Amino acid sequence: MLAAISAPFSQAVSQAVADPATSSGAVEYSDFVRQYLTVAIFSGLALAMVALMLGMGAMLRPSSGRKGDFQSQKQIVYESGVDPVGLGWTQTQVRYYVFALLFVLFDVEAVFIFPWATRLEAYSWFGLVEMAIFIFLLLLGLVYAIRKKVLQWL
Amino acid sequence: MMLGDTIFDVYWFQTVIKVLVVALLIPTTALILGIVFLFKVMSWMQSRLGPQEAGPKGLLQLLADGAKFLQKEDLTPMSADVRVFRMAPIVVLMSTFLLFVIIPASPNLVVENLPNGVFFAFAVSSLSVIGVLMAGWASANKYALLGGIRAAGQLIAYELPMVLAVVGVVIQAGTLSMNGIVVAQAGFHIGPIPVPYIVTQFPMFLVFLAATQAELTQAPFDMPVAESELVAGYQVEYSGFRFLFFFMAEFATAFAFAAIAATLFLGGYYVPGLDINSGIYWVLGPIVLFTKIMLVSFLIFWFRFTYPRFREDQLQRFAWKWLIPISLVWISVTALFKVWVA
Repeated sequence: MLAAISAPFSQAVSQAVADPATSSGAVEYSDFVRQYLTVAIFSGLALAMVALMLGMGAMLRPSSGRKGDFQSQKQIVYESGVDPVGLGWTQTQVRYYVFALLFVLFDVEAVFIFPWATRLEAYSWFGLVEMAIFIFLLLLGLVYAIRKKVLQWL
Repeated sequence: MMLGDTIFDVYWFQTVIKVLVVALLIPTTALILGIVFLFKVMSWMQSRLGPQEAGPKGLLQLLADGAKFLQKEDLTPMSADVRVFRMAPIVVLMSTFLLFVIIPASPNLVVENLPNGVFFAFAVSSLSVIGVLMAGWASANKYALLGGIRAAGQLIAYELPMVLAVVGVVIQAGTLSMNGIVVAQAGFHIGPIPVPYIVTQFPMFLVFLAATQAELTQAPFDMPVAESELVAGYQVEYSGFRFLFFFMAEFATAFAFAAIAATLFLGGYYVPGLDINSGIYWVLGPIVLFTKIMLVSFLIFWFRFTYPRFREDQLQRFAWKWLIPISLVWISVTALFKVWVA
């Protein structure tokens, strides 16, 4: 997976390095770099839209600052109208942590399964058996979690 | 492609147009889904009138709401972690923006046809988990924290069936590129009849829809924002436009996921019987894709309006005990067929 990701990149870099000045100092970029340049531009677009909308709001909305007695009442966190007791940052159930661990287990599987899925015709029966063993081992992990009653709360 | 030659370079010219189109598209899609489904279809299904006053038949209600949100004070709780609190909705919105990059509306009408488009879609969509956790944590509110943790647990639990549900399609198509999948789907027959992948991947389609529903934290999977238990979960402290960002991200993401489902399972912009290389797709493609998106969105919102809320542990069990095993079994079946035929 890592090699698959890095191969076009290194190719692109070597291209950019190999012919730095084909015509009057213009650098030629490969498709890979160009495509992810667009992705970067689009994340910039998201920021620009946010800035535009918040800027528009800043001109229209009232703003009474963060000081003053009335303000301090307004800026208490809202916990159904009851004054909050203690800090908001309390401890929560450890169960969510176990889910996160299970997630890591299966997410790694998903990363491995994608390159296999695209090239299944080339791997043929060998790839099929290989992946069957892999999925079986992972399912064992899930069965273990279920038998340990991780998913049972009550 | 030459960069830095002139400002009228083809790449930059195209990119500017794409940026403008998508910038307009995202609020529009959120508006369309909000008005059509959240207001009209929901009130129709629940035997009530829905909004009536703003504009003809209440169609401008969401615009009026937007104008109202624009005038609301941008409150930050005293005890909150201010910087993280303000950044959280932006992270969620950014993940939505990036989803729109890979959706093809016709063979060439796409922002970027990334070779690993499907993988990219899931990578950026999982960014929103971080935004939601940031919102829940930084609010310094017990309800928000509970909502944020619930949301994170739910989003990661349902991301897996979602990713696995797509693998069946990827095996059949043999590519990760969204456009490649549409092209492969156009050439797929059972006997002489051309069929979309939904016929062979029907269980995966259902798994994908269920997982989409959970990723959008819509009922019946809306514990993170369950108003009767948690007020509004991680959104409780947000006001004005920052709240609207969450709302917009939810509906625009619903549109994007419906588009991905339509592309992967229903053939995207392709119409059976019309050659995929014909120029007519420049016009017809977006219309066909939009129709399919509305179809899938209708299913998503239909479930939302009819089912009662799950309990937190039921939800986790549903993902781990049903959706993931089903998708793994169907991956194996698909792979077996693929190797058998080859």
